[in-house]
Amino acid sequence: MSLELRGITKTFGSFTANDAINLRVETGQIHAILGENGAGKSTLMNIVYGLLKADSGEILVDEKAVNITEPSDALSAGIGMVHQHFMLIPVFTVAENIVLGHEKSGKFGALDIETARLAIKEVSKDFGFEVNPDAIVETLPVGIQQKVEIIRALIYEAKVLILDEPTAVLTPQETDELLKTMRELKAKGTSIIFITHKLREVREVADQITIIRRGKVVGAVSPQTSEGELASLMVGRAVDLAPEKVKHEIGSPILVAKDLTVRNTLGAAVVNKVNFHVSAGEVLAVAGVQGNGQSELARALINLEDHIEGSILLDDKEISGASIYDSLHAGIAFIPESRELDGLVGSFSIAENLILDLHDQAPYANGIMLSAGVVMAEAEKRAKEFDIRAQSVSDAVSTLSGGNKQKVVIARELSRPVKVLVASQPTRGLDVGSIEFVHERILAERDAGRGVILFSTELDEVMALADRIAVMYRGEILDIVDSNVTREELGLLMAGVAAKKASA
Amino acid sequence: MSEIRSNVEKRRFRGVIVITGLSLFSLLYFGFLSPGKAKTTFGFVLNNEWVLIKEWIIASATGSKIFSGISLVASLLAILAYRKRIQVIVPVGVASFGILMSFITWAASGKFIPLTGLLQGALLLAVPLIFGSMSGLICERSGVINIAIEGQLLASAFVSGVVASLTHKTVWGLIAAPIAGAAISFLLATFAIKFSVDQVILGFVLNVLVIGLTDFLYKKLLVPYQNTWNTAPTFNKIELPILSKIPILGPIFFSQSIVVYIMFAIVASITYALFKTKWGLRTRAIGEHPTAADTVGIDVNKLRFKNVMIAGLVAGVGGAYYTVGSVGAFGKEMTAGAGFIALAALIFGKWSPIGAVFAALLFGFADNLQSTLTIIGVSIPSEFMLMVPYIATIIAVTGLVGRVRAPAADGIPYLRGGSH
Repeated sequence: MSLELRGITKTFGSFTANDAINLRVETGQIHAILGENGAGKSTLMNIVYGLLKADSGEILVDEKAVNITEPSDALSAGIGMVHQHFMLIPVFTVAENIVLGHEKSGKFGALDIETARLAIKEVSKDFGFEVNPDAIVETLPVGIQQKVEIIRALIYEAKVLILDEPTAVLTPQETDELLKTMRELKAKGTSIIFITHKLREVREVADQITIIRRGKVVGAVSPQTSEGELASLMVGRAVDLAPEKVKHEIGSPILVAKDLTVRNTLGAAVVNKVNFHVSAGEVLAVAGVQGNGQSELARALINLEDHIEGSILLDDKEISGASIYDSLHAGIAFIPESRELDGLVGSFSIAENLILDLHDQAPYANGIMLSAGVVMAEAEKRAKEFDIRAQSVSDAVSTLSGGNKQKVVIARELSRPVKVLVASQPTRGLDVGSIEFVHERILAERDAGRGVILFSTELDEVMALADRIAVMYRGEILDIVDSNVTREELGLLMAGVAAKKASA
Repeated sequence: MSEIRSNVEKRRFRGVIVITGLSLFSLLYFGFLSPGKAKTTFGFVLNNEWVLIKEWIIASATGSKIFSGISLVASLLAILAYRKRIQVIVPVGVASFGILMSFITWAASGKFIPLTGLLQGALLLAVPLIFGSMSGLICERSGVINIAIEGQLLASAFVSGVVASLTHKTVWGLIAAPIAGAAISFLLATFAIKFSVDQVILGFVLNVLVIGLTDFLYKKLLVPYQNTWNTAPTFNKIELPILSKIPILGPIFFSQSIVVYIMFAIVASITYALFKTKWGLRTRAIGEHPTAADTVGIDVNKLRFKNVMIAGLVAGVGGAYYTVGSVGAFGKEMTAGAGFIALAALIFGKWSPIGAVFAALLFGFADNLQSTLTIIGVSIPSEFMLMVPYIATIIAVTGLVGRVRAPAADGIPYLRGGSH
């Protein structure tokens, strides 16, 4: 089945998310749509899937115009979608999720789950998936949850399958598996729209690549195009894919974690007896697939977790068990995973957010009063230094773009006397320009002789910035390797295969 | 160190310890320190059911000792079960029962306690709570918070009383009540779903509105023209053949008015429908993850609207129980906060129909025990007795119920693309 989009335009207020987009996906083709965060890829797909309504333009399936205003229209037109954030009910079983929306009832309105269970087993067999129809979805790893979504699309006979950033949550091995599945689907005649910003995957699997920038199609190229070329099309200027890292002497250990264990509210160890250190002038990257304890470990370093055992020595002083306030003021800068939730107070001004940590100290505080003038002056200074682009530092921080928000967080955290910088997913959701800035700042801290602990799920980022790489798997540090490790070795570690056990 | 206990388990253990402490207390206080040589008489016969045992007379101190003893043994078994990681719910249940009986035996020393009557009264007091919690259940499982249960009950009690008075027919009262409940639901659904108004505030406003309106009409209409407007007839009790003859259980469950039988039917249907049918699957889906439901072609807001309306109908029948189901005439603010207790029962029952029913029965029992003890003249101030159900709730919720998780999307209006 072929799918064609003609002149799709969608605006939100004065912002044009999609500007007259044309696109054609042939039968049995893997068509990649490449673009930065916020380029309009997801908006476009939500229009195709009937979750949003286009202002103008038309959608043609097999050369015939179709009217898609509801997801059910898309489903009956043969369009299936695997969403970036899975559309599964966490507390339902796999089979219940598959049945939902397509229920068949028997006597006394009793639901027929059995048919779906059989269908799940059949599709699983065809593609070599291991999916238990009776498992509760929230207990399954994300890789399996994604397979559930694919199975659902297949059971309801999707001829065009939209995959929205499907590899964002997967390990390199799971990604390979997914790419293999995509090829199998293609061989069976399914057309696939593959949305991503990862250049490597696109070149590996796509038949045709369409690049979107700021809501417009800026290029239709073949997969033979080089990564550099794809990146510059995506961003609109030449991009330095690898930041420059100067070799220099690494100092003595500045933060040492010993037998550090973090428990969740259920008492289970989400971080299990990890040992590591970071030295002055060194970037230690903590890699791993999302959800293997990195978030908890990062938070534990400033005592933001409730149940911490073991020891954290900062400059030979024990900080484990200290208050968050004391941990921060002992010399740890912390860039939290979610700047909106944990990094900033959205309704506060930029200036106020910049002194959240120091508001009770001179010169910002004067007795019980805030010194507004000092706060503003300092904010102006830092906005300049960190290139925070806003009309005024009195604006609410929530009005800023993601990149500028992150700059506010970084500016605040680096304004204290800092010995160690803990950065948790510092470039998540940022555009390429802001990513460059954040990377430069991280390397600048390293070069200034601070220890940096970088938590990241992006392999490219880890390999570009790290001096050493610790790989977490199921709450444990499986190994700490040198930064000249290969992607394959790293991928295996992330999947839980210990290449060589670190000698302790 | 090797054994890891989750916080939930630790909390449960605290609950077990509290129960053990209470058992010891009741053994000492009700059993040994009790001066009463007087006898406590338990009555087991209410109507004309077959008699298994008519009365049971025991010295109150001895009775308390026996029941406390049972409770203490059960508590120790619960501790043992916890150690061995077996479910503690059965021994804890037995222990609670023991403590309760020990207390009653002590409190009613020298008096007659109609045990069957106590339970029957508990069920009757629980009836509106059960209807109310079913209304809340349907709403909240679909993702709409329903604080307006009180308003639904009161409005439908008023309407059914008035309609039955004017028509002189109980049936018309019973038919009108759900319509009144649904009318309140219509307001709730319209503002909560169509206009995304904060559901807690909205529910509260609706309650105040209904209270004000019924108070006004009561004063201006029902009191001065009582003979035409407020003389509702009531349903007769229907004794189910044979079933109503079962000793103890018969008079409690099978000698009731039609409203109570409707309640049994509604609870059974909701339980079945929620977990076994297409409607139930979709309802639970929109309460947990409405975006996911939307992407498989379910019209989230339409189903929510429909369910809130159904909830209004259910609460409406509960309202009718106040008038045509029991006393007939409407009284000012006669629901007296039952809607809020129903909400508590829903949460206590972990958003499950059966759980909510048990919670409502517990509240009803505590309420009735309080009034029974007051009537037979026990020296505890009734104000303290009124606290008992709530204290029991706090103990149960902190210790024994375990993790309470509301539907994930409860109270959050669904707007398509809302995450954008």
